Amino acid sequence: MLETNYTRVGDNKLLVEREFDSSVEQVWKAWTETDILDQWWAPLPFKAVTVKMDFNPGGQWLYYMEGPDGARHYCTVTYDTIEPNRSFSGDDGFCDENGNINKDFPVMKWNVGFAAAGSRTKVDVEITFNSEDDLNKIVEMGFKEGFRMAHENLDRILQKQPA
Amino acid sequence: MRRDVFQAIADPTRRAILVLIAAQAMTPNALAAHFDSTRQAVSKHIRILTECELVKQQQTGREIYYHLNPKKMKEVSDWLEIFRKQWDSRFNQLDNVLKNLKSKK
Repeated sequence: MLETNYTRVGDNKLLVEREFDSSVEQVWKAWTETDILDQWWAPLPFKAVTVKMDFNPGGQWLYYMEGPDGARHYCTVTYDTIEPNRSFSGDDGFCDENGNINKDFPVMKWNVGFAAAGSRTKVDVEITFNSEDDLNKIVEMGFKEGFRMAHENLDRILQKQPA
Repeated sequence: MRRDVFQAIADPTRRAILVLIAAQAMTPNALAAHFDSTRQAVSKHIRILTECELVKQQQTGREIYYHLNPKKMKEVSDWLEIFRKQWDSRFNQLDNVLKNLKSKK
């Protein structure tokens, strides 16, 4: 397994770096074409399903992540800049099923860079929040969600134990 | 300025300090001896770590010892763990997808 580097940069930025064992063209496709994105974008146990995609500056990717309980969480990316096989940027946020941004949740600015590294491709994901508070809010959400999932796992384990 | 644990661990020297005192409680002098930077610079890092409660100090006789605050460290590792898990899961799936695409060629 290739190693992923996670760095917090200053107050409101997270940097995620990873190499993939494929050409830049192939990795670019995997990040920008929905038939491939849907296969990997959602972290387990979720699955990602694209509703619509317009991969152009100003265009929108609307998708939902479906949990094991069938609950759908709609998300959107509005693309800003696109330089094929080099980088793209956009705003990522939570939304309703029509793609209207939910302003209760922080919007994240994404900047994804692609570069050849020998026969591999290095991908840099820079996630910028409007403020430190926004970053902490997302972190807290992940934190809570993680706890919820851990507790559910624990519930299952406990149910299996003889009383 | 408000200090938080994530800022504290963003700096490599502060991470090194945490690793050192995780092994054993240390006096300011013993700690400073591990770094090329000035004692003042090291003290400043310790102050930041103390302000955000990652490090606790304890007076033993005439010496001050710095301890790690495991409860606060847990807070850091828990969220990093979740963030990591999500992304690791994503990227492992992408590895497989890319492998399949390659073999189709």
